[in-house]
Amino acid sequence: MHRDDAFDLMTAHPPLAAGPAGPLRVGIGGPVGGGKTALVAALCKALGSELSIVVVTNDIYTTEDADFLRRHGVLPDERIRAVRTGCCPHTAIRDDITANLDAVEDLVARHDPDLVLVESGGDNLTATFSYGLVHAQIFVLDVAGGDKVPRKGGPGVTRSDLLVINKIDLAPLVGADLDVMRGDAEKVRDGRPTVLVSLRDQPDAAPIAEWITTQVRTRRAG
Amino acid sequence: MAGTLTAGLLLLADSRLPSGGHGHSGGVEALVERGLIATTADLEVFLDGRLRTSGTVPAAAAAAACGLAAHPDREPEPDWASWDEAVSARTPSAALRAASRAQGAALLRTVTLAWPGPAVEALRALGGVHHPLVLGVAAAAAGGTPLDAAGLALHHMIGGACTAAVRLLGLDPLAVAAVAARAGRRAEAVARTAGDAAAAAVADADPALLPGESSPLHDVLAQLHDSSEATLFAS
Ligand SMILES: Nc1nc2c(ncn2[C@@H]2O[C@H](COP(=O)(O)OP(=O)(O)OP(=O)(O)O)[C@@H](O)[C@H]2O)c(=O)[nH]1
Ligand SMILES: [Mg+2]
Repeated sequence: MHRDDAFDLMTAHPPLAAGPAGPLRVGIGGPVGGGKTALVAALCKALGSELSIVVVTNDIYTTEDADFLRRHGVLPDERIRAVRTGCCPHTAIRDDITANLDAVEDLVARHDPDLVLVESGGDNLTATFSYGLVHAQIFVLDVAGGDKVPRKGGPGVTRSDLLVINKIDLAPLVGADLDVMRGDAEKVRDGRPTVLVSLRDQPDAAPIAEWITTQVRTRRAG
Repeated sequence: MAGTLTAGLLLLADSRLPSGGHGHSGGVEALVERGLIATTADLEVFLDGRLRTSGTVPAAAAAAACGLAAHPDREPEPDWASWDEAVSARTPSAALRAASRAQGAALLRTVTLAWPGPAVEALRALGGVHHPLVLGVAAAAAGGTPLDAAGLALHHMIGGACTAAVRLLGLDPLAVAAVAARAGRRAEAVARTAGDAAAAAVADADPALLPGESSPLHDVLAQLHDSSEATLFAS
């Protein structure tokens, strides 16, 4: 099985100097069902012992993602906030971030965390986070969505700080060519990192957890 | 003084101005869920009722806030907390009070950057202020009159409901725009009434003089909506 943990973390673009004050905020976006919540859960499990984490969810039906995280016991209830986005998940993370800012600031005030994860509602390839809300963003694609998706591009694919191509375990089943996906992504990402994973087979999300750790450390140092 | 359409007022009227409004349906989602709004005609009837009843409360509160903020050297300084309490007293649903406060806080974030000033600072110091008060203060800072502020409050009431209805029901957005235009014409008279009441309240420095109409069904549905699991809009 194709595995790809070996990408150079240090070429990851430096975390933004500007942007909101306080702990590192990382947005996790991407189309419906790509594995955003699975990634949040994996990161909470992998990093929870060394970092204090809070999570804001933006699912279409408020409590869906939040309930998942609760059920899997990766985070206590009071560290999760759900934001309702009025049928417009991309508006809530990009054009009018006020409700998410309220949720983030409230969690930060209560828990003084090291890391804030904001999961976007599942949306389309054009949905990205405003850097008024987050410092860095991860865009999660699903191999089962077809290997043409990175070629289609869109700001999530081209501009996200880390592109995660998830569910590589499904590649043989859907006839997706992972090399094509990686190649197409790298063509448009201007050196920003791309990682191919299966969160099912790698439930610790090791390469992504490592990327986050680097970002937290760099922000602390800065 | 006749209202003047300043660039600032146009911005304040624009639903794209970050103010948290996109996450609120103005009661439409709860009605749609129960089959009480299904068509463009239903939406129009709903808006007509809202404007005539609970529409006067935010309109008058916004007008009063605009009047209070327009004279920064007013002595003594406006007791913003008492005006905020007056809005709470006229908003019997706890869920709607929370929604109003959340949208007030959201708008205040933007207003603080776009139209800073002493009245804005006073609201920030108070914290969690109701939306119409923030809107009124912003309208004053943007060069608007109390009547403009009342009009803005009603404009957003109409716009929020219309947008939500299009998203939830797939109504024809062009037909809904026509509904909004007709509702907007009806809102002008409501804004004048609200503006007059606000002027009297401001002149006497007495928030109790603000109008207190309500829509009981709207309040009850807002509570049910708030306790419902599967909702797309916060209110
Ligand atoms: N086969 C496989 N399934 C996965 C993998 N990662 C996640 N899934 C499954 O994909 C489904 C969707 O995952 P979620 O984490 O809910 O996706 P999401 O992006 O949060 O979805 P929305 O929030 O609804 O947009 C779930 O059933 C997961 O168990 C993977 O690597 N391989
Ligand atoms: Mg999810």
